[in-house]
Amino acid sequence: MSLVEPAQLLPARQQMAFTLMFHIILVPLGVALPTMMLIANYKGLRHCDSVALTLARRWSHVAGLTFAVGAASGTVLSFEMGLLWPGLTGRFGEVFGLPFAIEGVAFFLEAILVAVYIYGWRRMRPWTHFWLGVPIPFIAFGGAFSIISANAWMNMPAGFTLDSAGRPVDIDPAAAILNKALPYELAHFMLAAYMACGFTVASVYAVGWLRGRRDRYHRLGILIPFTIAAVLTPVQFVVGDRVAVAIFSDQPAKFAAMEVVTTSGSNQPEIIFGRYDSATNTVTGGIRIPGLDSWLAGGSTDTYVKGLDSFPAADRPPNVNIVHWAFDIMVGIGTLLIGLALWFAIAYWRRRDVPRSRLFLWCAAAAGFLTYVALEAGWIVTEVGRQPWVVYNILRTEDAVTPAEGVWVSFIAVIVLYLVLGAGTVAALRAMSRRWRRSDRTVDADAVYGPRPAVVPEAGSGDAPAGESEVTR
Amino acid sequence: MSTATAVAGVMVIAITLYACSGLADYGAGLWDLTAGGRERGRRPRALIDAAITPVWEANHVWLIYLIILCWTAFGAAFAPIMTTLFIPLALAALGIVLRAAGFAMRKEAARARARHLAGWLFGIGSILTPFCLGAVLGAIMAGRVPAGATGDEISSWWNATSIVFGLVAVSIGAFAAAVYLIAESRRRGAPHLHGYFRTRAFVSGGAALVLGVAGLIALRADQRQMFDRVVERGWPLLLLSAVALAGAFLLAARGMVRGLRLVAAAGIAALIWAWAVAQYPYLLPFSLTVDAGAAAGVTLDWILVWFAVALLLVIPALALLYVLDQKGDLAEDPATSLPSHDEATG
Repeated sequence: MSLVEPAQLLPARQQMAFTLMFHIILVPLGVALPTMMLIANYKGLRHCDSVALTLARRWSHVAGLTFAVGAASGTVLSFEMGLLWPGLTGRFGEVFGLPFAIEGVAFFLEAILVAVYIYGWRRMRPWTHFWLGVPIPFIAFGGAFSIISANAWMNMPAGFTLDSAGRPVDIDPAAAILNKALPYELAHFMLAAYMACGFTVASVYAVGWLRGRRDRYHRLGILIPFTIAAVLTPVQFVVGDRVAVAIFSDQPAKFAAMEVVTTSGSNQPEIIFGRYDSATNTVTGGIRIPGLDSWLAGGSTDTYVKGLDSFPAADRPPNVNIVHWAFDIMVGIGTLLIGLALWFAIAYWRRRDVPRSRLFLWCAAAAGFLTYVALEAGWIVTEVGRQPWVVYNILRTEDAVTPAEGVWVSFIAVIVLYLVLGAGTVAALRAMSRRWRRSDRTVDADAVYGPRPAVVPEAGSGDAPAGESEVTR
Repeated sequence: MSTATAVAGVMVIAITLYACSGLADYGAGLWDLTAGGRERGRRPRALIDAAITPVWEANHVWLIYLIILCWTAFGAAFAPIMTTLFIPLALAALGIVLRAAGFAMRKEAARARARHLAGWLFGIGSILTPFCLGAVLGAIMAGRVPAGATGDEISSWWNATSIVFGLVAVSIGAFAAAVYLIAESRRRGAPHLHGYFRTRAFVSGGAALVLGVAGLIALRADQRQMFDRVVERGWPLLLLSAVALAGAFLLAARGMVRGLRLVAAAGIAALIWAWAVAQYPYLLPFSLTVDAGAAAGVTLDWILVWFAVALLLVIPALALLYVLDQKGDLAEDPATSLPSHDEATG
């Protein structure tokens, strides 16, 4: 490591982290919400269930808004790949750029079909409308596949060799796309996205239920998304364990930071929280469970685990505490969610209904937020844990950063604008919810599928502010 | 033709499509911003909103695709462009965020003040982004982005050529938007807006013409070699563009809506291709050629194959979107959306 790190490195990393963490909030809603809205749509059409149809319509409306915001923040990310990291995209773009091109097309298709679905309510025949929506979750999966493939490549670079000048040669795009980290990162992320979306959507209706709005609308609003998330939670537990084992062998430095393994050896204790001191390479505080870390990594307490001491200081993750705490927070929340899923399963098995206890509903209301915390923590583990490398063992982050002046300025501008964007999005979502609640008090006279209303109101004619109970022409 | 040239051609196609669709969305944002007070601007805003809401995201994806294509296929040009032109490109990205913030807020804002603010954000973003993208193109054309090095971060784009090119982009977008909106007003049965947007098409078209000539003059003073190439190689396309844009002008004036949009789009496309032809074979005039700056052959092959697949997937979907939209099968869902613009404030 050079003694003087580039001046733009810190703001560039901060800006990338900030915009990524913002974007990740929207991703589960783009990936998983379409599935839930289609399930509700199907249920509604199949059983002539107007409550389910109302849910589907409203979820599609939310998905449309978050998709629009996600499109903008995704565009910013693609700009940033070049603006902040020209050393990465300029040099390795030809190796790992293709998944982004795939994602570009997937995103395009999703944008088109989401637009058709959202603006097609009432105007198309019901089943045509439903079937036009069906490809959306699959396309969204394709998009997630591509982006995760690119990220996994940064963790487990493949599909090229470096020549003596450090340029990539013998490029094999297929090997780069289907790199070693892809299967476990993708499985882990897709499950996380469905869990985050499911628990979050359910939490909205759990809050409504706690406030006394106990009707079928709220019951279904909890039941559909919560069931999906609860079923996936134990699966995620197993997958997460496999991911940790894979990282143990693929990225030992990251594993050592996640579990704060200071000194190499067998019979490593699992340390929960605690404070790592990089000067002395020791951990103070925290709860120690003897031998558990070795056992988790290799199935036996005799497993030899590489510690941070086995890496040169320049190759150790610089923020071990952040990585370790993020990892423990993620695992901790995952464990709590398992308990909640179990509670739900038992209650549903006994009474075929959402548990009525207020404690459960309070937990369900918190689960959405907690899952998001876990999701963000997981990204922190994978991104901060890979440092000081942007491409693991190939390219250091400091060598990829832009030499351009002014990243601090752009970072501040980005923070301000994203606050406006975030506030606007939240305000819009709250406005929707208020409006829908108001309309639920009046009788909803609209047929879900019906004749078309006029688009441009003519002055003085048909200008009635009808909205929810609009009488169609 | 080398594979690299084919991929460069794909990029120019993407730029063309973005210029014909996305640029017009920005122009619509400009007309939205300048539509005047709440009462006066109500009807044009409602038309603009109805016209661009279902399609603006799809139109916008071309830009993402373009950036990704550039770093995958031409990383050697991408890195210096992104570094030298950090400021205008960062501003363009911020303009996109502003637009999204405005869009997200105004769709749901029940209060007039919030909607007013949202309209401002949307409008400012709609001017900032095309201006910056035009300035970036001007800087590249004028040879201010050196390959393998970092050009001056300020003077590379803050100069007469780039600024005029930025203004050209804004005015062409405004012209295209006005022309498209004439057709929309006819289709959606709002003939009172017909004349309204015709006036705006004339104003912005005239501005685009004057600025375009000014841009050529600035380029001549700035980078004679490129100017000569534009004039010598690009003249048939420039002529075609002028004819098509003038034709769109006349069609609009006569109130003929049929084919109006296609003619206007052809005019914009010809302009983009005039640039592409003039700059070929350079990615970065005059320091990096397409072949020298291209990625490995296998990556380029994959890009072309994927482009073919993408066309097979995207064109039917896009056609579906536009056809449904033009048939009137797509619109806000009245049961989940706010009824329309300013009515809700009541």
